[in-house]
Amino acid sequence: MAPTPGFEYVRPSSVEDAVATVSGDPTAAYLAGGTTQLDLVLKDRVISPQRLVDITRLPLRGVTRTSDGLQVAAMTTMEELAADPTVTRELPLVREALLSGASTQLRNMATIGGNLLQRTRCRYFRDPTVAACNKRDPGSGCAAVTGHARMHAILGASEHCIASHASDLCVALVALDAVAHLQSMGGLSHVPLTEFYRVPGDRPDRETVLEHGELVTAIGIPLLPPGTRSSYLKVRDRASYEFALTSAAAALVVEHDVIRFARLALGGVGTVPWRAYEAEGILVGAPVSEGAFRAAAEAAVNDPFTVSGTEFKVELAKRTVVRVLQTVARNAS
Amino acid sequence: MKIVVALRVNEAAARLSLDGPETLLDALRDQMGLEGTKKGCDQGACGACTVLLDGKRVLSCLTLAAQCDGHEVTTVEGLAPDGGVHPVQAAFIRHDAFQCGYCTPGQIMSAVALLDEGRAGSDEEIREFMSGNLCRCAAYPNIVAAIRDVAGEVASHGADSGV
Repeated sequence: MAPTPGFEYVRPSSVEDAVATVSGDPTAAYLAGGTTQLDLVLKDRVISPQRLVDITRLPLRGVTRTSDGLQVAAMTTMEELAADPTVTRELPLVREALLSGASTQLRNMATIGGNLLQRTRCRYFRDPTVAACNKRDPGSGCAAVTGHARMHAILGASEHCIASHASDLCVALVALDAVAHLQSMGGLSHVPLTEFYRVPGDRPDRETVLEHGELVTAIGIPLLPPGTRSSYLKVRDRASYEFALTSAAAALVVEHDVIRFARLALGGVGTVPWRAYEAEGILVGAPVSEGAFRAAAEAAVNDPFTVSGTEFKVELAKRTVVRVLQTVARNAS
Repeated sequence: MKIVVALRVNEAAARLSLDGPETLLDALRDQMGLEGTKKGCDQGACGACTVLLDGKRVLSCLTLAAQCDGHEVTTVEGLAPDGGVHPVQAAFIRHDAFQCGYCTPGQIMSAVALLDEGRAGSDEEIREFMSGNLCRCAAYPNIVAAIRDVAGEVASHGADSGV
């Protein structure tokens, strides 16, 4: 057994101190809840920051109701956000997505900022004895495309990388047009979550638009129009405590059996949390019908990239979309 | 440079001298001699290392000991006074809710937290919110029965039963 990885544990005094510390040191990384970061550093040993900057003690916790939504400080835990009264009452897709992820123990540790920034990863990335991984070692190839693929992506994927983004929460958040608040040495900025993740192309090592040292301090979640119904559906190999094979977050406003407003995003199938704009366009103005839902599903899973082991996800993802839309429409009419 | 951390473990003050990368699990077992908390997968997948941090259940294998500075940790050794058993422990014995016993401290810590969270309303709910604790002996039906039993006691005797 190799010796325990060495890193310096650092506790910054403020957000500014944290950003300066990590920005000034290419070998430093933030440590939030630790549920994927420490797993990858201490257990899998596939990333090796020399300094971990613990941001869990910074004043970045809690949920605030604003005029048009929620502002969720980045160190709020998944369990805390799931228990928020506004989330419970008005954003069932967020609550259901949160509670379908991981286990209660992990949700008590994992933060919302950390959930956004969990590595897009697959079992080959997590196994340092596998040489071919473009995410770990750009240009080395991808063992997954010819390996045992099942938990992998079919949208935004290519022969360079098929690792899927594992977050359930982010599927709901991209459907809601959530916005990441970022602090860098240059100041504050805001990035819509739909523009936050990079489809890997030939650089799967670059997963987001964040620069080194930039810190997610909060997530803004706009509320849905009055009368909207929403839900998150997760399909997986076990009933609980398992990653999604496929998932979908949907929100609809239905008036007299006609869809007036639609939001749709997919999980378990994308290299990034996958917003289905074209499908939304098909749904708005359409009657509540299986035909409209199926047409939306076809548009949502357009042009998939499959390998041996992931072909089944094309039809499963479409049926997941149809099912979640049926569930939401039933509640909405 | 060593980091000195002051925390409370099972209602007693504790000080740890750390290099940084030590997990809470290793600190409990190797530095403090509290071996009731088990190392199963040591990778956040099995729940055997579940402890309470400020009353909330967490995985000690993915928590740095240094992150517990100023916080309160409860392990299975701290659930009941010396020689006694906690009502959840008593129910596990009554219902034969284990075989090899390796996952049991984690199951019990998780069950104590589950009851505190108010998530023992039905067998379905118990199963869902205990899903982070794996049992390779598959004692699940008896674990659910033990928790259901304690939840019933709480319901009939009020919240002052120490659960």
